[in-house]
This record gives sequence, C-alpha cells and structure tokens, in this order.
Amino acid sequence: MSDPTEDPASTEDEQTEAEQPELDTTEDEQTEAEQPEPDQPKGEQTEQSETLRSYFQQMTVIRRFELKAQEMYQRAEIGGYCHLNVGEEATVVGLMDAMEERDYLFANYRVHGYAIARGLDPGHVMAELFGRTDGLAGGWGGSMHLADAESRFMGGYGIVGGQMPPATGAAMAVSHRQEAGPESEAVMCLLGEGTSATGAFHETLNLASLWGLPIVFVVINNRVGMSTPVEQASAEPELFRKAESYRFEGRRVDGDDPIAVRDAARAALKQAREEHRPFLLETMSYRLRGHSVVDPARYRTDEERAELAAKDLLPRLRSRLIEDGVLSEQEADTIERDADETIEQAVEVAGASESPDPSDLFTNAYSTEVANAPRAMPGDRVITL
Amino acid sequence: MPVISYREALNSTLRSEMQRDEDVFLIGEEIGTFEGSYKITEGLLEEFGPKRVRDTPISEEGFTGIAIGAAMLGLRPVLEYMTLNFSLLALDQVVNHAAKIYTMFGGQTAVPMVIRAPGGGGQQLAATHSQNLEVWYAHVPGLKLVAPSNPADAKGLLTAAIRDDDPVIVLENLSLYNTKGEVPDGDHVTEIGTATVARQGSDITVISYSRGIRTALQVAEELEEDGVSVEVVDLRSLRPLDRRTFCESVRRTTRAVVHEDDWLSYGIGAEVAASVQEGAFDFLDAPVRRVAAAEVPLPYAKPLERAALPDTDDLRRVIRDVLDATSFTGQEKS
Ligand SMILES: Cc1ncc(C[n+]2csc(CCOP(=O)(O)OP(=O)(O)O)c2C)c(N)n1
Repeated sequence: MSDPTEDPASTEDEQTEAEQPELDTTEDEQTEAEQPEPDQPKGEQTEQSETLRSYFQQMTVIRRFELKAQEMYQRAEIGGYCHLNVGEEATVVGLMDAMEERDYLFANYRVHGYAIARGLDPGHVMAELFGRTDGLAGGWGGSMHLADAESRFMGGYGIVGGQMPPATGAAMAVSHRQEAGPESEAVMCLLGEGTSATGAFHETLNLASLWGLPIVFVVINNRVGMSTPVEQASAEPELFRKAESYRFEGRRVDGDDPIAVRDAARAALKQAREEHRPFLLETMSYRLRGHSVVDPARYRTDEERAELAAKDLLPRLRSRLIEDGVLSEQEADTIERDADETIEQAVEVAGASESPDPSDLFTNAYSTEVANAPRAMPGDRVITL
Repeated sequence: MPVISYREALNSTLRSEMQRDEDVFLIGEEIGTFEGSYKITEGLLEEFGPKRVRDTPISEEGFTGIAIGAAMLGLRPVLEYMTLNFSLLALDQVVNHAAKIYTMFGGQTAVPMVIRAPGGGGQQLAATHSQNLEVWYAHVPGLKLVAPSNPADAKGLLTAAIRDDDPVIVLENLSLYNTKGEVPDGDHVTEIGTATVARQGSDITVISYSRGIRTALQVAEELEEDGVSVEVVDLRSLRPLDRRTFCESVRRTTRAVVHEDDWLSYGIGAEVAASVQEGAFDFLDAPVRRVAAAEVPLPYAKPLERAALPDTDDLRRVIRDVLDATSFTGQEKS
C-alpha cells in the first residue's frame, strides 16, 4: 500500500474500498497484492506460504480461544468484562509478528489475542480469565489486564486512552537510554478508533512528536466504539491523518490482510527505532460481535449483521489458502482440530489452577516494604496496637 | 547541622539524588529554564542538562503517564506539578495507573516514581489554586503520600521517596517553602509510614501534619505558659498512616485534637479521629475533636481567606474546650 499522506488521490480510493469492502473487490486486491510475481524466486513463495499457513494457524487458535472464552463466560467460569477480538485476528497476528522480542507492547482491554500471538501460553491466558494463580497476573487483572513483563507485554488497560501516556513514557525511557538505530527498542501502543477522541490521545501524539520518541500508535479501527460509529466519534474519521497535525507520519492499512498489516507495522517500527520518531498506523477491520460478550449489539440492523457475517475474514482466508494451494482441505481441518485441542488444554490448565488464597490479599499492594502498611484481613480491625 | 530553608532542602536533595543515581530524572512544567514556579529546581537544568530535567508543555495527563511508563522501564522520574490543583487533570493516570499497575499485573511491574506538588491556602490564590486535596490521594491504596512539615523531613522524606520502588506523592506546602530549620548533612532518610512526636507533652495530643505542625507547635508553646502540656504528633506520612504512634500518644495524654488544613468532612482528621477511637477508646477522657478549614471553596479576599483556614486561635479554643470538658485545670496538674 502506498503512503496515503504522500498521495491524497490514492487515499481516497483506498478509503472508499476500505469502507465499503465488497467481498470480491477485497479478495481481488489481496490476491493481487500477495500473488507472487511471475519472476519471484521460488524461496520467497514458499516463505510467504509458510507465513500464511502460520497466520491461519494462529488466527484459528485465537478465534477458538475467543469462542471458548464466550462459552466459559456463559458458564460463569469467567466474570467481569470480557472483550473479544473476533473479526480482528488478521490485525492481531500481523501486528505481533512485526514486533521484535526487544520491543514493548501496551494494549487496551481487547487483548486475549495479542497475548497469544505474542507467544504467551493460552493456558496462562485462560487461567487469568478464570482468576487463577497460574494466570498471567495471578488472577489480579482478569480479561482486561493481561500482562507479562518478561516478554515485554506491558499490559492491557481498561480505561479508554489510559494506556497511551505510559506507553509514550516507555518510549521516552528507550530514547533516554538508547540512540536511534536499527538496534534500538521500540514501543507499540494499541488503541481503538473511539480512543482517538480522548485528551490522552492528543497529548501523547503531541509529546511523542515533540520529543522524538520511538513509538508506533496503532489505531485498530473496527468501526465502532461500543455502539458509536467512528464517523460520530471523530470529526476526522480518517484517523491516520491526525498524525499530520503533529508532524509525523500516519498510514492506513487493510486490517483483514495479515501480511499487509505486518509489513506496514514492520515499516512503522523500523522508522520508529531508526529515527526515533512516532508513527500512527490505522488498521481497518470489523468487530464481528458485540462490544463485549454480554452485548447482543442490538444497535446493528439485520442487514448489517448479514453483511458482517460475509466479511468474516477467517473462512475467507481458509478458502483462499486452499484455492492457492497453500493448504489442503485436510491440512486446514487438522489446523482447526489442533486449535480446538490447544484450547481444550488451555481450559484444563485454567480449571486445574488454584484459586488465589485470600491470605495473599496484601502481598502485591506495594513492591517496597513499608512501615505501618495495613495488611490485616478484610473485616479485621486495622489497628492492632 | 546547617540551617536551611524547606525550599533549599528540596533543591539540594534533588541535586544529590540525581548525582547519586543516573536513572533519576525530573519532569514537569517550567522546571528547566524557568527553574520551577517556586524555584525548587533551581540550577538543575544547568548541572544535568535537558534530558534529565525535562520541561513539558501543559499536558498534565500526558506527562504524568509518561513518567509512569518510564518508571515501568526502570527509570526513576521525579515529577513536579506547578501546584497540586493541576494534578486533577492527571487524576486518571495517578489513581488508575500509577497506583494500580503493580497490583493489577500481579506484582510484575513496579512504578518507582515520585510526584511532588505544593498545595495549601493562605496566599490569596482563590478557589482553584488554594486546595488541600491530600485526602483524595491518601484514600488510594497503591500510592504512598508524605507531607513534610520542616526542612529536615523535606530532605528525609524526599530522599526516601526517590529511593522507593512505589509511586510516592510528596506534598509540599506553599507557606512552608521559606521556613528554615536544621537539616542533617549527608545521607538522611526518613522512613515513609512513620509519624513522629514533634513535641512531648502530657495533657493533650494535637495530631497534625505539614503547615498544621507550625500552628500546633506555636499553640503548644503558648499554652505551656498557662501550665498546659501539649504533645504534638506530626503524621509526616498520610498513607500509610502510622496509627500506632498517635494512638500511643493519646493513651498517654488521654485527650486528642486533630488539626488539618483540608475540609472537615471526610478529611484526614476524620480518619485520624476514627483511628483514635479504635485504638485508644478506653484511655480517652474526652471526645476527639477536629479543627479544619471551613467547608467553602477558598475565597480570595484576605479576611475571608483567614476566616476559612484554621489558625492558632481556632486550635487554642478547641484545645481549651476539650480540657474544660474534662474539668482539667493546668494548675492542678503542674
Ligand atoms: C475513560 C473511559 N470512558 C469510557 C469507558 C467505557 N468504554 C469501554 S470500551 C469503550 C469503547 C471504546 O471504543 P474503541 O476505543 O473504539 O475500542 P474498541 O472497543 O472498538 O476496540 C467505552 C466507551 C472506559 N472504559 N473508559
């Protein structure tokens, strides 16, 4: 995809396509973009096939994980809020594949898929949803607050926009310690399109640009924030353009195409680390389900529902890979069966994990020992002289 | 021990901690070239350069969260708000992020940051610039909140705050910046979470903090001449609260008054009074009383502002009331 900030004409075309993506057009486009050039060396073709196969496999695991999470929620194994990535899997795997191990990730609350694609064990992710000790945060965070410091996954955040300033701070710490260059670390900060209306969005874009920070803000534009369409949330619905007023680059990419997402994110991260400049990447996809597992999405018409079902990228990717000879029908079935097995195991791991002991209630209150910190059991007298 | 001002104590502590630890950096509005609205960061840009003394635009939410993220990666930011009033724009970052990240992520990522801000009234700054919002922060587990009342504690508590791995808010007070006192040379660390007996006495305990300690000490001196022996407990730390120290004091003196500059309802004094009731009830000879600010947005006009803020007269009167309520006469006791 060309850089729309450099070529307004192409942007308009793209936008029209992105907003009314008739199935056929999209498929044509993707085929065009990904079909190997006639003179492309054989090695690259196989590499691309390998990649697509692996993406299909990861996306399937994530999809099955999400469907299982919904089921477990209905069975009351999972409580609280639970936001799924259904429909956004291509964006998820593309973005995570673009990141280097040394890069940091800050996310919003729609985050199960990212944790899995970042390489974390689905069992530990499910255990966190179950609120168990083997969960990523030992049961303290739940669905919205997955984190794994070791893999530099610096957390999912439940306050809309709340993750943006800390993510920008991580980028500041990187620039404080490292020179710009190919070896530099970079930060990726995920947000929804609705988040672009918050003050945190504007303050961080401004500061990241002023201070030259290695951060890629990724607006995952799934078109709605709860029930509010992006056109009603943002005076400028082409969100990537918002970077322009802060004098850095923005770009929009088809979020249903995992390779396009990966390449765009890779280029953005490369620029961030080599120039210590921010980048605003906007990925266009659809949220196929309600806002969270308890949202029946009544604000959608039947027509829209049917349209969305047709847009489901996973079956489309499956048939395309089979058509292109990347996968056989049998291999696809196996991938799906294996994914189901992985998720069954994840549920087992989660179910077998211990619930946290209430006597551990105060162990994570402060990281430094502190005099006179209340550490009594709930209901106990706080004052024991 | 050298006698220096509260302001100088803060300034020299920042300097020495920045010299000691390369990861310590300062961030805030007008702290660099302008050297801080109250000149706490004087000379630091010159010595440490713009990377370690980072001037920010007016973006309280943005730069607060930036300090949090930098702390998550192991830097040790010391953030300054021009005054505590502006921290409200960053409340989400402080309450929902700085305070929560360590716990919410299961203890994986600490947030070793310091927030410094002057608060308090008495400068005719009117309703939006004269607030004592300490209880807003003291209420939140995950935060630590200290409020030094003198230059020595300003040094000791700021040093402890910078070396602490959790978010610590150091609440300064506009009216204390120019006050002077002896400050220990060299390394001086005051443990967070510990109150201190600022003055010993045997008839009644006044519990206060920050600017209130000056008021309490002055009243204690005056009452001494009338034969009343006032003990003054300086809370120093508002979270965690050192209940033991003030409850033990009240057990000895059997009477307590809490003096605070914030609004009475739900204020620090409410918490302290309730704690005394829980921890020293059997020893009390009179109900615990509170002296606090009038419950109005602080006015601009001098006589109105004076009337709104608690002063030595208010404290003296309430101490007298408590002593009278228990038929106390200083003469008998002395
Ligand atoms: C500050 C704040 N306001 C409101 C909410 C409630 N809320 C949670 S998600 C959401 C919609 C966010 O939409 P978007 O940023 O587009 O993300 P998406 O859900 O589409 O992934 C809202 C309003 C919140 N969590 N935080």
